[in-house]
Order: sequence, then structure tokens, then C-alpha cells
Amino acid sequence: MRRFLRPGHDPVRERLKRDLFQFNKTVEHGFPHQPSALGYSPFLRLMAIGTRSGAIKLYGAPGVEFMGLHEENNTVMQIHFIPDQCQLVTLLDDNSLHLWSLRQHGGASELREEHRFTLKGPPGSPPSATQVTAVLPHSSREVLYLGTESGNIFVVELPSFRVLEDRTISPEAVLQRVPEDNCSRRSCELVEVLREHPKNPDQILIGYSRGLIVLWDLQNNKATHHFLGSQQLENLYWQRDGSKFISCHYDGSYTQWPVSSDNRQPEPLENTVPYGPFPCKAISKIYWQTTKNGLPYIIFQGGMPRASYGDRHSISVIHGSQQTAFDFTSRVIDFFIIFSSDPAAEFDDPSALVVLAEEELVVIDLKSAGWPAVHPPYLASLHCSAITCSHHVSNIPLKLWERIISAGSKQNIHYSSMPWPIDGGTNIAPDPPQRDLLLTGHEDGTVRFWDASGVCLHLLYKLSTVRVFLTDADPNDNMNTLGEDEWPPLRKVGTFDPYSDDPRLGIQKIYLCKYSGYLAVAGTAGQVLVMELNDEDAEHVVDHAEADLLQDQEGYRWKGHEKLKTRDGPVRFEAGFQPFVLVQCQPPAVVTSLALHSEWKLVAFGTSHGFGLFDHQQKRLVFVKCTLHPSDQLALEGPLSRVKSLKKSLRQSFRRIRRSRVSSRKRRGGGGNASEVQEANAKFDQDALQEMELAPVQRKIEARSAEDSFTGFVRTLYFADTFLRDSSRHCPSLWAGTNGGTVYAFCLRVPPAERRMDEPVRAEQAKEIQLMHRAPVVGILVLDGRSTPLPEPLEVAHDLSKSPDMQGSHQLLVVSEEQFKVFTLPKVSSKLKLKLTALEGCRVRKVTVANFGSCKTDDYSENDLAVLTNLGDIQIISLPFLKLQIRFPCIRKEDVSGIASCVFTKYGQGFYLISPSEFERFSLSTKWLVEPRCIVDLPEVTSNNHVHSKSGPENAARKSSPGDCGEDERKSGRLMEHALLNDEKVLKEIQSTLEGGR
Amino acid sequence: QFGAEFRRFSLDRYKPGKFEDFYKLILHIHHIANLEVMIGYADVHGDLLPINNDDNFFKAVSSAHPLLRVFIQRQDEVDYSNFGSNTLSRKKKALVTLRNDNLRRRPHINISMPHDFRPVSSIIDVDILPETHRRVRLYRHGCEKPLGFYIRDGTSVRVTPHGLEKVPGIFISRMVPGGLAESTGLLAVNDEVLEVNGIEVAGKTLDQVTDMMIANSHNLIITVKPANQRNNIIRSSRMSGSSGQSTDSTASHHSLPTSHVLQNFHPDEMESDEEADIVIEGGLEPQHIPKLHSLTSSSLSRINGSSLSHRLQRDLVLNNSSGRESNGNIHKLLSSLKTDPRHSLVIPRGGIEEDGTVITL
Repeated sequence: MRRFLRPGHDPVRERLKRDLFQFNKTVEHGFPHQPSALGYSPFLRLMAIGTRSGAIKLYGAPGVEFMGLHEENNTVMQIHFIPDQCQLVTLLDDNSLHLWSLRQHGGASELREEHRFTLKGPPGSPPSATQVTAVLPHSSREVLYLGTESGNIFVVELPSFRVLEDRTISPEAVLQRVPEDNCSRRSCELVEVLREHPKNPDQILIGYSRGLIVLWDLQNNKATHHFLGSQQLENLYWQRDGSKFISCHYDGSYTQWPVSSDNRQPEPLENTVPYGPFPCKAISKIYWQTTKNGLPYIIFQGGMPRASYGDRHSISVIHGSQQTAFDFTSRVIDFFIIFSSDPAAEFDDPSALVVLAEEELVVIDLKSAGWPAVHPPYLASLHCSAITCSHHVSNIPLKLWERIISAGSKQNIHYSSMPWPIDGGTNIAPDPPQRDLLLTGHEDGTVRFWDASGVCLHLLYKLSTVRVFLTDADPNDNMNTLGEDEWPPLRKVGTFDPYSDDPRLGIQKIYLCKYSGYLAVAGTAGQVLVMELNDEDAEHVVDHAEADLLQDQEGYRWKGHEKLKTRDGPVRFEAGFQPFVLVQCQPPAVVTSLALHSEWKLVAFGTSHGFGLFDHQQKRLVFVKCTLHPSDQLALEGPLSRVKSLKKSLRQSFRRIRRSRVSSRKRRGGGGNASEVQEANAKFDQDALQEMELAPVQRKIEARSAEDSFTGFVRTLYFADTFLRDSSRHCPSLWAGTNGGTVYAFCLRVPPAERRMDEPVRAEQAKEIQLMHRAPVVGILVLDGRSTPLPEPLEVAHDLSKSPDMQGSHQLLVVSEEQFKVFTLPKVSSKLKLKLTALEGCRVRKVTVANFGSCKTDDYSENDLAVLTNLGDIQIISLPFLKLQIRFPCIRKEDVSGIASCVFTKYGQGFYLISPSEFERFSLSTKWLVEPRCIVDLPEVTSNNHVHSKSGPENAARKSSPGDCGEDERKSGRLMEHALLNDEKVLKEIQSTLEGGR
Repeated sequence: QFGAEFRRFSLDRYKPGKFEDFYKLILHIHHIANLEVMIGYADVHGDLLPINNDDNFFKAVSSAHPLLRVFIQRQDEVDYSNFGSNTLSRKKKALVTLRNDNLRRRPHINISMPHDFRPVSSIIDVDILPETHRRVRLYRHGCEKPLGFYIRDGTSVRVTPHGLEKVPGIFISRMVPGGLAESTGLLAVNDEVLEVNGIEVAGKTLDQVTDMMIANSHNLIITVKPANQRNNIIRSSRMSGSSGQSTDSTASHHSLPTSHVLQNFHPDEMESDEEADIVIEGGLEPQHIPKLHSLTSSSLSRINGSSLSHRLQRDLVLNNSSGRESNGNIHKLLSSLKTDPRHSLVIPRGGIEEDGTVITL
């Protein structure tokens, strides 16, 4: 009861909260983790990717995305679109089949699971009898043919998944019709592949694993032809006219077979081992694409010479005399070819090869000379080098945006100009309200600039810091192009390259000023680079300064890595962000915090030893401050001393393994004495094991003391123009917070612009605050007289923010992992606080000020703190009164890397890594919501006519169940109408696509 | 009181005269031989503790080494209730002297009157808690003694409307020998932790509870259900006790170690006990931390005091060569220093600071 009487719990505020805050996980950016299956519908022009965790994702034109998740979280083995339908069937590794469909709901399409089904054999039959190995959705859209391990082919009605038992094609039936003596029961084990005749839907090609291929007539239930391959079969492909098909085999060969009505047992036309004569790996999938000029495209996966190139993940394209083996850095999951989908067209005319590798999607333009890659608008491999940090900048000014894009376009000249070939569906989401950049720092010393405004996270520009440094890797290593006569003609494609030359290059902190184009980037070996955006290539010397953060502390020895060697003399930089000064921290420990003030032209950086301030205008170090505690041994010795203990434990475990190995070997020897030793050993191991099992998980309750390690670790740096000394004069100041709960404040004297180069910047320590709870300080913020956070540098100068209120008294907010605390300024006295950890046991991991606008009224917005805790909860806390507004569970608390990677935007959105390669985007705001909203329509009338006209026999089959189909058409028609009514733009879009199709 | 003190004192005195020597020395030094005085010292946390026997004299000498801050008060001005309590007593401290004492003594057995000690723990809220539960408050003074216990996950059996039910719970798994928790005798291995500073731990994870305890470590109040229910405090009104409770006659004997301080727990007291952040102001050029041995004794004393984290006393460096001042004077001085009524202490710029040394915390 008392709860409701508490002040602050008023209904007006509660209503306002509902208008301001709302939690949604909106879209997953990046490349799906562990993809396992690929599907494509030439009809919908949609691609589907299944993953090992049971997710299924559909992609079409940029912005058109759908996601579904199988309840079972089992690996998706196969994906098949139902021809000419907005439906697809997935096969999971638990042998269950799932029917998904795209339905329109509320003006947008949604992916929903409709049915599920597991094939059941007769009672008592082995599980292999019903283990599905091949799936063929028939063009009649009414049945699925399911090939199994037992060789039976079951027929299942759609969408009900009713087994039509009388239509089952059993191996016995097949063998009866194949009058060969050398065909035994065994040759019909395991159906490898099922393919429908491209012209005659009553014929299907059945490929059995052992090499037997049968052309089966569905009408008459008999085998019309059979083909006897000598090798284990991998896959089959019909040529467009149905006169020939091609089979590929385990030994790296492919065979072309003629299909003619007179010859019942044809001989192969051609049998080739493309990378022979030495033994080759299997060709697991093959396409034979016809073109106008008569030369076919033969595209196949694998087939490399086993001994020398057996480890390559390749897809070869052969077109006349041109041959290229595209070499992927990760395993190829599957691929497909985009070719003319018009059934009336005479030739395939392939336009693009789409390859799903384990770590990236690669699309090759087959129309342009040299077969260049196409730059994908989505499914970017975020992890092409591991992500080490990220930084989000909202609302980028158009000018900077264009300059970044232009710098990026110069890097992308080797990409094909072909428009993105997978273009199904229509994006009906409103245009993103502003331009947002997400910057990711990577282990290999690169920073990638992503367009994070909309649903498609798209790479704009890639910046490399490597050029400043001398690394072991020879830059020419990657340049060596393969000679003309090289065989096989391998060509590396894709961007996934997880191997870093030097871990010290890793990017740890990024700070971009969107108004001035200054960028500061700091790395693992204490390097801080300040860069400027330049639209031209340039060659210049990077100025170099050292910041000794230890100063003359005696007796300290850095045992960590050395600093990176720099390149002497001028360095050539391509257009884009070009470094002009390098500040090297000594000792070269990881840079743990970074702040840039572009108006004052100052950059502040901190490591585990202290922090410093650098004037990048005069290129002069202003000051350094050591934050070490004399007993902080760990920080002094560098990360190696911590590694030492790890090493020790590793050594011990290795010793244990070795011991057990030795004892097992002795056991085999069987010596009398040895057995005693071995017994003792076994007993020891057992004891150790028991000890391990008996010790419960326990936590020590120990207060934090000043002597804890890493207290000097600088966690946060902040520039503010505020009242530090007295309440009449404000001045620039630098604030730093450490792991030990100390806040340092420095008064800065920045000379006025006209004398900026002549007078030095001065700094003076003004305050030092020790939080008694000694928790790490994770955020510092100054609120102005109106309790509004101070604007970013240059924000006021660009008229994008009201100038801060310098009349009223300012307040200082210090956020530690455990508490939020507001102090008055200039006299630092505690005003109010919110204890988080003491009350809930959770700790602050990330905190940002976010602006929340009301969805009801346009003119209301407020600033709050968005907080992520170590439990993965997101809390919104009001400013300046520090009242908890709302809480949302967001990330699993076990997902440590997800929590560590989280980054908030200034308008209440955020990103975190759900896998090494995927960002989940979430929104806390009712107003700022970026989520996919799209429509996929059946190009109804035209295509159905095609189907009708082309397949007479099928029409007859359809008549048997006319209600089903008619209803379907009516329904989609209605939905179409709905969509048209909803949006005129969509109408135009659809019209134009229809016209284009004709 | 003094007489009682003296009596106990004489029982254990193996080396008589040590304290008296010191006492005489003090009187001699300060030329106050004709006065009855009480000698006290500030321990590492700034608490005023008396010196009136060899043991606490030795304790004072050894623990405060290399510095011993001695407080001398006229016998009739001594307010015994001041001893041992920390925050409240500080406002009315008497004469302060600062001495560099190099005396070292051999250890003795520590036996003395209770008022020679600070409270380290107490049982609170006995009147409102069920008898099966115990609410323990641990006072942590500085950081010389670890809290010293471990907690673990476990299951406990609860009586619910549906009968007995197993629910996850948090238990004390281990006590660090010599730690604060062990020394109180109020907590034991396998005690179930029910609340931390008034917040129920039910539904919280081990790590959450750990963090809560650490965040409240300076004034930790934990409610436990002791594994050994025989030591429970028996209320005077036994009628209210649960019928199933076994209460044997030895209960009061068992509870001896726990019953030395019993007080009611006031929620606002927790707030007042809150430790304040330390703010240091001054126009100091950034410079590195001076090493300890290079300091003068006076600044050293401040470093000692501040690094051990309590207020005020560290900055109160008064020379007592002129003799002594009255309680009132000190009180005035202290209240003038404590400018801010809130928790934070701000020392006026250029106030008591003697030199520009940065105080490291």
C-alpha cells in the first residue's frame, strides 16, 4: 500500500512514461552466425538462409528482411521455396519439416510458421526408413516428394502434410521397372537428389547415392529411363530444355546424359574430371547454364585436386575458355545462380553467382568481364576481423556524410556496378529520419564506417591505421596476383580474414567529431592517432609524441608488449581520414579511455597507468597524470603477470593430462611396478577430480580496498566547460574517473582562437574526489543550470543545440558501477544519489545520456540515462532526479560479450553483438524505431498465367482440388488490394515492377 | 569505573609498571603531574580509544606505529561513552597531541574492559524478527580486517501453503580464520542468508548477492537463519515463540558471545553511518605521488589518516606544546571545519594545508 503513496508515483508521469519508453528488438544486422542452409526463389527473388540455431532469415531488395525461428533450435538442413508461392519448407536435423509462409498483416508481410511435420514410417521400421535426405517441392504446389535414406520416396500433400501412401515410390517398384541384372537392391539405397523435369512436370529424376539415376513417370508410375553412373552420385542438374541433364560425382567428375524418347538406357555424352588427372575431391553441386552465344556456363562446387588443393573451399566457373576457381576463406555452405526466371525464355543467361560461405556472402557478377564481385547492401561480415570496440554517432551532417561516402566509393572501385540482383519485395519502411554512423574497431587495426540509419547495415568506408606502423607482414604479400598459366586458376574472393598480423594494432577506442571531421583512434599498444578527413590522396609525415604516464615512478617495470614501430618519413594515405599525429603512451598499455574536443583541439587519453592531455593544434603534450597506487603491481607489470597465472594453471592441467596419458600407456605395458604407480596416479586424479566436484561455487565477501589492483585504470574521460573553481567564472575542464573510484578534475586554460598557436594550453589540477564505495567510475557528466547535459563540442557553434545555461548552478553526475551520484559545482558536495548495487546487486556496465521524444506530442522530449547492467537489464533513469523510470530485460546475463559490446545511441536505440558477426538493434524509444517493414507480393496474374499455359497436365491435376487453389488466389488478391489502398507509392512500385517484368 | 578497570588490570599484568612508566612520562612531559588524567589514543580509524593499561598501551604503540596520537583528558572531563564509537564521538574529542613514539613492546594477552573496544558486530531487531532468524550488523572499521566469509548457492526447505517446498537459497559457505565475520561468532557456516541491508535475497543470484554485500560492506546488515538454531535469543515473552522451538535451559549460556551488544536498528542510522566521499581541492600542478619516507612527520600523519579513510582527524594537526584545551574549544574548531552539513567534506582552500602535497587516497 505504501508503495502507491510514495511521492513521484503520479498517474501523469506514468502516462508520460508510456509515451516515451518502449522496448523492442528491431532487427539483426550483419551476417548470420553459423549458417547451415541456403534457398532461393527466382519467382519471389528472395533468398533464405537457415542457421545451426534454427533461425531462418529471408532477404530481398535492401530493406526487405524477414526472420523466423524454429522452436526446436535445431540446425536447418535444407530450405526449399514452393514454386510460385510465398511459402517455403525447411528440413531440420531432427528430420522435421516446417512450412513457412509470408502473409500480409497490418499492411506489411510477416513470416510465420504454418505447419510442422515429421515423417513416420510403419511401426517397427528403422529410423533410417524415414530419414529425409532429399526434398522436391513439385511445381503443382500440392505435393512434396521426400527422398529418404531407405530409398523410399514419400509423397506428402501440401499444406496439410498428409502422406499419400499410394503414391510412394519404393525401391522395389523402381527395381521392377529397371530390367538390369547389375542393379541390386543396394543401388537404390539413399535417395541423394530429386529433380523435376523442367518442361514436363510429370517426370522426375531420381538420383540414388550409389550412382543409379532413374527418370520416373509420375502419371504411369514407371521408370521411363535409367542411367547407370559408375561413381557415387553427389548432385544432378537439368538443362533448361530438358533434353540433357548433368550429374556430378564423388571423384570430382561430372557427366552429361542425353534424354531421348527412343533410347531407354543412354550412354553418357561426356564424362569430365575438370581438375584431373590426379584424384580430386567431390563435386557436390553443379549448374549447366545455357547462353545465347552457345557457350554454356558450367559452375560447380569443389572438385579440386585432392593432394595439393584439397583444403580449398572453391567454386569454379567455366565459360568457354574462361575458367576461374573462386577461392573462399571459409567453408562453402551452398550457392545458387540467378538466371532468367521467365519460363518462356530460351536461354538461362546467368547473371550472378551467389555463394553462402560459412562467414560471408559473396556475389559474383557473371555478366561483366572479369567476373567482379558485387558489393552486398546487407549481410555484411562484421567480423571479417574481430570487432574490438564500437562507437555510434547520431545525426551526421550531410556534408561529412557525403565526404565519407566519396572516400568509401574510391575504395570500392573493384566492385561490380551491377545492381543488387536479389531484389524481391518492396521496402515500405519510412525513410530513416537521420543519418547515423556506427564505427567498429577491429583487431587488425581497421575502423569500419557503417551506415546505421536504416535496416541495412551497409559498409561506407574502411579506414586502416596499419600504414602508420611497421609490421612484420610484407605489404606485397597480398598483392601477388596469380600468373596466367597458374593451375587451377584460383582467385581469392571475399573479405573474411580473421588473421591479424599483429594484435597490438587492435583498435580499442574511437571518438569521431561529426562537425569537424576529426577522428581519434586508440589501440592496444598505447597508440593514439588523431586524424583529419581529407578528400584527396596525400603523402605526409605523421608527427610523433610520447606521453610517459609513469613519469619518474621508480622501481616499476613494464613487462607487457612493446610499442609499435613507426614508419619513418612521409607515408602515403588514400583519401579519407588521414592521421596527422601519433601520441604514444608509455608504458604502451591498452588505451582504456579517450575523449576529443574539436573546438579546443585537445585529445585526452587514459591507460591503466594514468591519463594525459594532448594539444593537437600545437602538437604538444599539455600534461600527464599518473593514477597508479603504489601497490598496484599488476598494472605496472602489464598483462603478462596475469597471463602468468593462467599459464600456470594451463601447465598444471597439461601435466595432469600427460600424467594420465603416461599411466594409460603403462597400463598397456602391464609392468608390476608400473601398475602400482598407475594406481596411485589414478587415485590422485580421482581425488583431484573429487575435490573439484565437491568444492561448490562460492564467492568471497570482501570489501574493496584501496590496495586492489588496477585502481589506477582510467575508465572515463570527459571535457566540460563549467564552474570548477568558483561560481562566477566558468572554464574548460577535463574530468577523469578511475577504477578505484577516484575522479580528477583539471582546470584548462585554452588560449583564444587568434592566439591559439602562440600560447600554450595550461592545465591545473582543481579537484580530486574519492568515492568512498571505491567502485569504478564509468561515466562523468555535467548538467547545466537547466539540468540539461552540456552539449557536445561545436554543437552550439553549428546552431544544433541551445547554448548551455551558464547562469544557474551546474551539477556533476558521477556514475560508478554501483551508484549514481549528483554533486553540486563548484563546491563538490553530494546532492543526491541512487545506489544500484546495494539495492539490487547489479552493476552498471554502460551508461549514456539519451534523448527521448514523446510519440504523442512532437514538442516534448527529455534527457534520461540509459543504463545497461551486468545482468543484461536496461534501465532508464531520469535526470537530474535519478529516479528509475523503467527496466527491460535485454541481454542474457551469461552473454558477457553481448553486454560488453553494447553501445547506445543518443536517441534511445542501441546495438549489441549477438554473435561475433551480428549486431542486434534495439530501441528504447517510442519515437525512434528502425525496423524492417516490407511487402512481398506474388506477381500474381502474370506468373499464374505462365504456369497455366505452360503446364497442361498439371492443370488437370489441379482440377482434382480446385477449391484450395482458388481460395488462395482470392486471398492474395484481397491482400494485394489492401496493400494498394494502404499506400499509393506501393501501387506505383508494383505497377512499375509488373511493367518491367513484361 | 576506573577502579574496576584497575582491578582487572592488575590481574594480568606480567610486567607491571609499563603503563605507569608511560603515564608518568606523559605527565612529566606535559608538566601536569598534579592532575588526574585519562590517556587516550586515536586508532588507525580515527576512533578515540583509551590507554589505561599495558595491553591497550601495547596495542596502541604497535598498531599506530610509527605514529601514536595521544589524547590526554582531565579525568573528570572524560565521557566514557565516547570511547569506541566512531562518528558521533568525533565531534567532541578533547585534547590532541601528536607524538612520534618509537617504543616497542612484546605482545600480551588482550584482556580489558568492554569499553576499550569498538563494537564490531551487533544483533539488532530482536524484537521484530522471528526467533529463528538473526539480524547481524557488522561494523567494518577501515580495511585492516577482512569481512572474511564466503557465500554459496544451496537449497533450503520452506513451509508454503502447498506444504514443504525446496527453494534455492544463499548460504554462508566458509569463514576466513581471523576475519571479522568469524570473530563476531554471530555468523556460521551453513547459515542461510535471507536479507542484505533490508533487501530480500530471494530470487537473486549468488553474484548479485555478492555485489550487494560488497556494496554495503562498510555497514553490512545481514539477516540469517542460523544453521544451529540452539543459540537463538529467547525473548522474554516466550508465548510468542513457535511451539516447535526447542529451548533448553542452556540457551542463555550459549548466547553469551552474541549478547554483548544489543540494540535496536533504526533505518536512518544506516544513512548517518554512510561514509562520505572525500574531495580535495586546490590549485595543484599535477605531480607524481611523493614517496612516504620523504615526508615530514606532520604530513605523514595526514597521509596515514587519510589513507585509512576517515574524516577530519587527519587534518587536525594541532600542536599541544602549550598544554591542553578544553572540550569546548575543540568542538568549536571541528564544527567550523565541518562546513557542509551533508556527507561530503570540503576543506576550505588554503585552510589547514601546510604544503602543496597531493594527498593520495
